[in-house]
Amino acid sequence: MLRESDKTRDAVGTPHLQKQPQGTDVTSASTNDIEFRSVAKRYGGVTAVSDINLAVPKGAFVALLGPSGCGKTTCLRMIGGFEQPSEGTVYIGGQPMNGVPAYRRPVNMVFQQYALFPHLDVEQNVAYGLKQMRPRIAAAEIARRAREALEMVRLGGFGKRRIHEMSGGQQQRVALARAIVNKPKVLLLDEPLAALDKKLRTAMQIELQSLQRELGITFVLVTHDQEEALSMSDLVCVMSTGRIVQIGPPQEIYDRPASLFVADFVGKTNRVPATIEAGANSIRLANGVGLPKPASANGTLGAAMVALRPEAITLVRDGAATLQGTVTHRIFLGSSVEYSVEVDGLGDFLVTADRRSLNERDLAEPGERIGLAFDPNALHVFPASTAGSAAITARQR
Amino acid sequence: MNVRSNGPNFMQAAMNTKRNLVTAALVAPAAAWLCIFLVLPFIAMLVFAFGERAPEGGYQAAFTFAQFAKLPTRAAAFWNTLVLAPAGALLCLLVAYPVAYYLAVRANPRYRLILVSLVVVPFWTSLLVRTYAWMYILGSRGIPNLLAMIGIEDVRMLNTPGAVLLGIVYGYLPLMIMPIYVSLEKLDRRLLEASADLGARPVSTFFGVTLPLSLPGVMTGVALVTILLLGEYLIPQLLGGGKVFFIGNALVDLFLQSRNWPFGSAIAVTLVAVVVVVLMVAMRIAWKVAGTRQVDLV
Repeated sequence: MLRESDKTRDAVGTPHLQKQPQGTDVTSASTNDIEFRSVAKRYGGVTAVSDINLAVPKGAFVALLGPSGCGKTTCLRMIGGFEQPSEGTVYIGGQPMNGVPAYRRPVNMVFQQYALFPHLDVEQNVAYGLKQMRPRIAAAEIARRAREALEMVRLGGFGKRRIHEMSGGQQQRVALARAIVNKPKVLLLDEPLAALDKKLRTAMQIELQSLQRELGITFVLVTHDQEEALSMSDLVCVMSTGRIVQIGPPQEIYDRPASLFVADFVGKTNRVPATIEAGANSIRLANGVGLPKPASANGTLGAAMVALRPEAITLVRDGAATLQGTVTHRIFLGSSVEYSVEVDGLGDFLVTADRRSLNERDLAEPGERIGLAFDPNALHVFPASTAGSAAITARQR
Repeated sequence: MNVRSNGPNFMQAAMNTKRNLVTAALVAPAAAWLCIFLVLPFIAMLVFAFGERAPEGGYQAAFTFAQFAKLPTRAAAFWNTLVLAPAGALLCLLVAYPVAYYLAVRANPRYRLILVSLVVVPFWTSLLVRTYAWMYILGSRGIPNLLAMIGIEDVRMLNTPGAVLLGIVYGYLPLMIMPIYVSLEKLDRRLLEASADLGARPVSTFFGVTLPLSLPGVMTGVALVTILLLGEYLIPQLLGGGKVFFIGNALVDLFLQSRNWPFGSAIAVTLVAVVVVVLMVAMRIAWKVAGTRQVDLV
């Protein structure tokens, strides 16, 4: 578990987060569009989230990522004002939001199933928020702005359609137009792409990203899809069992996971039990193979768990490679090939080979003896104790 | 060639015939019931309405509009029915909506089923018995008696339009609550959150989302109660005491007391015509609502 200070120190390296000088100082509140300060939410005796500290700088695209039940939606609903924290405070634009109802908050939300009003047509749906504004806006101005928002999501000319006449992708855009028409400080997106098919989802990911740049407002995305989180956001907040386990830019989350849970949840990973002896400069895998101690092992002693990304491994026809095994399955994925390799003394390994580095003759055949080569520094070492609990969490999902 | 192309066509025709037979078998009982107990009596009533009263009472064949010409003599019954029935339905609506809203939206889901069944509990006792109870409550030994004790003398409650309206609201409330409850219960809570998210205060959310989406239930309830009230007999008889009488009471008088079947038939036929017109107008409005709002009618 990272402390807030650790997280911000980690984040300083990225250009985007340099806007945020001192992390969670009171003085920095104004540069953060959203801030959680030691927020907890309990329902009866059940704790949904606890110990949430999070600062989202202005104009960021942040993803709350985690398995279902990890508390990410609860956090989003606390920003939206649909839930009040049991402890701590949520700030929006520097203002504490305790007790402020949803209709007085400068945020708008794209709901999971869109929650469009079935009794209103597309334009009336989009105009709904404008009609709530006080002092009132002239009807002509409302119509103009609603049409403008529809143009923005490329639905110009669909204003008079009924909601049920729109396809899933179009409804998604209507929900988006309805949420941005009020020019909120922060746009909340609750699994907005979950109901779309893969092609449409990819297209919408790109559209959402360009929309965010165009509008320059803060986006908070809730998703359980790690690919979506990595590809769209510039800040990923990984959550597990009601807590934040890591905050950082996507690349950092992927390349330097803070725990075995993160390594497991974000991308695929091979896990190997290992031991590190005091004073030794090497790490011993469970099958007795010794490797140079990787940089990520600093300080870890005794029983450890090692994670290795499938794409960090290269299959080599070389009997001298550190690990040897037998290919059991080969899955052709078009742009890449996935192998399942039974490694001697360590069990199943997943290996991904880039298609460009291969030609037809280089493909290893199932049953073939093969060597596994990798840079020892690609190993992520975690103490076995936390590895154990994270492994249990990973298995539960 | 012919044989080949005839084959599937023949099969198709046989299947269609079979399907039609099944449809006929399913519809037949209801159709026969309606024919014997609704269409035939109605035809008889139409015939009676243009006839004359036999000297000793009953029906005597004739063709005259005399019965319809006498309709104005029962204008009070028509007036009471056509004013108090819709008024009673609207009053019911005003009382029922908050109850239905509470049950569907606010009540703790754990107790909702119990609370909803409580709405229906009065139906376990006959409406006759419950209306008799109101006779005592509103009668001289009831509330007026209590009022007299604190010095307010000579208050008449029974046998007034107010008493009839009270009886109507009391008796028909569950029929109004149920359809409204059903349409409110189906209401997607996320729509209310979406409305609040877009800046709507609770009152705006109610008038902008909740009420429009519960209109089908409201329409159903109002139509149901109004139509039933147009034929009401019991409540005006007991709580109106011959002073506030509905068409139903006039019919009982004519058929059972003065044995004037043709005049009674003319009144009944006119009532049916009025109900049909009211229904058509209500349907027209309901279609309009459904057409522009795209909500399922309950």
